[in-house]
Amino acid sequence: MDFLSLFVIVPFLTVVGIVFCKDFKQVRLTAAIGMTIQLGLAVALIFMYLAERKAGNMAEMLFMADYVWFPSLNIRYAIGVDGISVAMIGLTAVVVITGILASWEVQHLSREFFISLILLATGVFGFFITIDLFSMFLFYELAVIPMYLLIGLWGTGPKEYSAMKLTLMLMGGSALLLVGIFGLYFNSNPDGGQLTFHILEISKVHIDPMAQRFFFPFTFVGFGVLGAMFPLHTWSPDGHSSAPTAVSMLHAGVLMKLGGYGCFRVAIFLMPDAAHELGWIFLILTTISVVYGAFGAIQQKDLKYINAYSSVSHCGLVLFAILMMNKTSMNGAILQMISHGLMTALFFALIGMIYGRTHTRLINEMGGLMKIIPFLGVVYVIAGLASLGLPGLSGFVAEMTIFIGSFQHTDTFHRVCTIVATSSIVITAVYILRVVGILLMGPIKNKEFENLGDAKWFERLSLGTLVVVIASIGLAPLWLSNMINDSLVPIIEKLTMNL
Amino acid sequence: MNTGIPLEYFLILASVMFFVGIYGFLTRRNLITILMSVELVLNSVNINFLAFNKYLFPDQFQGQFFGLIIIAVAAAEAAVAIAIIINIYRHFTTINVEDVDQMKF
Amino acid sequence: MMDLSISIWIPLIPLFMFLLIGLFGHRFKPLVSGVMGTIGLGVVAILSYTIAYQYFFVQGKVDGVYHKIIAFNTVWLNLTDKLHIDLGVLLDPIAAMMLVVVSTVSFMVHLYSIGYMHGEKGFHRFFAFLSLFSFSMLGLVLATNIFQMYIFWELVGVSSFLLIGFYYTKPSAVAASKKAFIVTRFADLGFLIGILILSFITGTFDFITLTDTSGEAIRQGATIGFLGMSVMTWAMLLIFMGGAGKSAMFPLHIWLPDAMEGPTPVSALIHAATMVVAGVYLVARMFPVFHTSAPHALEIIAWIGGFTSLFAAVIACTQLDIKRVLAFSTLSQIGYMMLALGVSGYGGEEGLGFMASNFHLFTHAMFKALLFLGAGAVIHAVHSNVMNEMGGLRKYLPITHITFLIACLTIAGVPPFSGFWSKDEILVAAFHFNKILFAVEYAVAGLTAFYMFRLYFTVFWGKDDRHYHHTPHESPLTMTIPLMLLAVASIFAGFIPFTELVTSDGAAFEPHIDYMIAVPSVLIGIVGIIVAMVMYRKENGMPEKMANNLKYLYKWSFNKFYIDEVYMFITKKIIFNYISRPVAWFDRHIIDGTMNGIAGVTNLVSFEIRGFQSGQLQKYAFVFVTSALALVLAFIYLWTN
Repeated sequence: MDFLSLFVIVPFLTVVGIVFCKDFKQVRLTAAIGMTIQLGLAVALIFMYLAERKAGNMAEMLFMADYVWFPSLNIRYAIGVDGISVAMIGLTAVVVITGILASWEVQHLSREFFISLILLATGVFGFFITIDLFSMFLFYELAVIPMYLLIGLWGTGPKEYSAMKLTLMLMGGSALLLVGIFGLYFNSNPDGGQLTFHILEISKVHIDPMAQRFFFPFTFVGFGVLGAMFPLHTWSPDGHSSAPTAVSMLHAGVLMKLGGYGCFRVAIFLMPDAAHELGWIFLILTTISVVYGAFGAIQQKDLKYINAYSSVSHCGLVLFAILMMNKTSMNGAILQMISHGLMTALFFALIGMIYGRTHTRLINEMGGLMKIIPFLGVVYVIAGLASLGLPGLSGFVAEMTIFIGSFQHTDTFHRVCTIVATSSIVITAVYILRVVGILLMGPIKNKEFENLGDAKWFERLSLGTLVVVIASIGLAPLWLSNMINDSLVPIIEKLTMNL
Repeated sequence: MNTGIPLEYFLILASVMFFVGIYGFLTRRNLITILMSVELVLNSVNINFLAFNKYLFPDQFQGQFFGLIIIAVAAAEAAVAIAIIINIYRHFTTINVEDVDQMKF
Repeated sequence: MMDLSISIWIPLIPLFMFLLIGLFGHRFKPLVSGVMGTIGLGVVAILSYTIAYQYFFVQGKVDGVYHKIIAFNTVWLNLTDKLHIDLGVLLDPIAAMMLVVVSTVSFMVHLYSIGYMHGEKGFHRFFAFLSLFSFSMLGLVLATNIFQMYIFWELVGVSSFLLIGFYYTKPSAVAASKKAFIVTRFADLGFLIGILILSFITGTFDFITLTDTSGEAIRQGATIGFLGMSVMTWAMLLIFMGGAGKSAMFPLHIWLPDAMEGPTPVSALIHAATMVVAGVYLVARMFPVFHTSAPHALEIIAWIGGFTSLFAAVIACTQLDIKRVLAFSTLSQIGYMMLALGVSGYGGEEGLGFMASNFHLFTHAMFKALLFLGAGAVIHAVHSNVMNEMGGLRKYLPITHITFLIACLTIAGVPPFSGFWSKDEILVAAFHFNKILFAVEYAVAGLTAFYMFRLYFTVFWGKDDRHYHHTPHESPLTMTIPLMLLAVASIFAGFIPFTELVTSDGAAFEPHIDYMIAVPSVLIGIVGIIVAMVMYRKENGMPEKMANNLKYLYKWSFNKFYIDEVYMFITKKIIFNYISRPVAWFDRHIIDGTMNGIAGVTNLVSFEIRGFQSGQLQKYAFVFVTSALALVLAFIYLWTN
């Protein structure tokens, strides 16, 4: 039994456990226990990983295992992690458990709800541990499909429309992605012989540049859809605004990170020549994403729309940094994924909790909430400050690493793009402060809200966990940054090898 | 072993029967007539089987076996088809094929 | 020899206090939070004095020159092979001086706030934020590298935001806090881009490497041109933009007057004495770089400083809100400091402007904090900010009155108060640089005396028989003690030998007073005071007459030259209406429309082709048969050919 497979087995067992539960209290307890174990595993993994590295194990991937499950096409269940996937697994575990806590009081079809939620989580965990393209794709699909049910059944507003839109656009992305993956597969052995889906094996091969040029856009756009790249981001505002709290958290928090991670691990890493050659096109698109998302957020009236556009901007920064293709900016991209995942989960959790009390998400209908629900108000301000990049919280670390890394690029065009992207920090401040000003401060606008109760214990636990993680990354980022940096070394070597 | 009637005659007969059947199948509106047309098509095939068996491979029996199987299948099919037609009639009070078009988009 | 690394506790104690009061403050009695914060800051002040003493008189001087000492350093984040962000403590003359300024004023303000904020809701929150601010400001002062400075730069911005918006249920306070944050954030964007360019050129963030005048880093990039100026000039100008935002230089000054919405102790601490001079400190910190590789930038700084000082002084003459007068006066004085830096040379007596700027920063911090705290005492007594509603308060508030008078005399540049000495040095430096700037500063000196005494006479003299709702009474001891201590500092700070302690290159030089410049400046100041006395000592019609005679100037000055309106136009009209709204529309209709359009077309096509599925059995059969026939014919055709 290898350790990493536990990340898929534990959620699976949790699902099985939930099936046998009697009422919703048992269901949520089972879900919480399962995911707490998962969090424990993730923490253990981080320590084990660090210990292994400290002991001098400098292999590209650790804790590897490899099972063939479809021999004739050489499809394998191959797993392994490096510092980047470890970090992402940690992020996912935190977001999932806080998401479970945030949906503590979902009573409508709670069994099905938690099953879908955990299936989604299974997909995400599986995606991060596998290093076989086909299994990766499989887990990716596993993560995307429950989304449809979760939004369509437990959502609010025009939920069928949003669910359909989201699913169709993501499926469109997967279709492109599949082409890219097959392209890699059929070019994975130019000398003839056994073809492979295994990432590490493909990375050793120098894929024909013509093929790279052809398949790179497919792969990048395929993952880019999930990473909300302009102009393929429109599923995000609608999807998020209709999704129930925990789903928004998971989706913006970790599912969108699959896009960034995939672009990095598959598109750029396996097709470096094409990335160098065609990167500028996507660089322009992501730069637009960054600024455009921020501008889009200024005028929105719905809390979730604001956050969705803000996610477009922040995730745009992830792809932007990945395309800069140097160690610092890529490190920043990974940090930004983690930081944004935590921040946005915090935001969506808060919005869900506020919505649960006021039954509206329109900021104009609320006002002065700080006085009524101080705990949620303070956490909202903290989340806002993290989002606009206050030092001491995780957003700052990520953004600064990205900006400095990107600006070290030798090409003037890339540096100009960086300057354009930095302007987003001002625009972010504008929309965050606008919301904080209208929503939390000022006199109490609606008398009906005066008797709202502040956060309950599970809400406090959920928000508190996220805040603590955000702050601790923001205060002491060195270990995380170093862990990612070490894993980036072989990747950067590969990227610069053929230049 | 020449019986005097050339093979072509059988084939022409079968072809005529086949196309009469197809024509009936495409143009008749009554389900019973359509069923009968289908029988014509089946029987035209039967004739072909037997004729080829007799003229080309007289020492073998596959053609005759197939003929028998087709007769059996046709009988079963007719039973099923008529049952369906009766049900359609009960449901729609018509056996006009143009009125039975519920199975669409 | 004392181990200087204990200086790391100077910022850490307030941080600890912030966490303690912020997380658990609501469980204590309010007073406990206040006392805890104050004691914490007291310890910090003592530590700071010790460190400053150790630096100036024991350890800092090597061969007659002050050196930069890294007292503590740790890597916080590794970026590239060359670049890494460190957090640490850098001691040099300006840092040590700023330590004294920040910890003194902060301690005074803490003490004062116990009385001033007494009974306010959110008492503990106030002290938590004050501690957060002190932490950030001290961290900024002690920064070893430009990125650490940027980190704390942002943190002071946020503390300022939180404190301005302390009365968060008041819409004007919320708006002011938002404005302050966004304007300074915009300036910080310039700072950040400046840092990016600077670090790209020089490959380091470290102050010691950057400012080493004999080193390599400083000479990099001075030759690469871009739009008529060297890249280095651009970088330094952008960095100055950050400084201009925090120090509220024209045209980024608009946030400071509004920031007066915050509680008065906050205005004294952040918006008068410490945070707003961070820009001056930044330029002083980077001074060798400015001087060596970006002299044009320095010239621009001088002009901006000079202009701001005049501009703000004119506005201050007409404002009615007591705190706004002080705010514009702060702008004007910071303009002086910037000007002094801009006109300064490097090394020995050439660096007179540098010394004068820091000297003025020091004295200004003392007397301006005193003015604000005095104004706070007045507001506390009268429950109003508006000058017209005050008058004759000298009878009710004797201590406040005397200390306020001392502060006014100091800022007006009357010898032997400290303001005279520092302002005089600035005038001398300006005289040697450019006669126009020098003349402007003379005018500003007169205006300063005028508007300060206008304030003084209106509040403490003027209508003697004014009736108040309830008789104003002198503030409690926690408020008057800081006033008295700061008054003492204001009187005697001028005798500190700055030419020996804080100079551009660390080496001492001889000060000398140029009577040709000093005497007229004092005379101008006294003229300003007399004019103010004539106009405002007793209530008479003169101010109105004056206002009518200078109608347009008065109107423009009263409306702050409509700069706010221009900004409102740019942000509300242009950014909101012409950028953000179209972007939102574009997203909704064009991008989303395209996606929905694709879905719609798919839908339409499927609607059209569903006619094949008619349910007509015979149609299916017909299609089948004809297709089969066609295929057969096609195959036959192919085979036969």
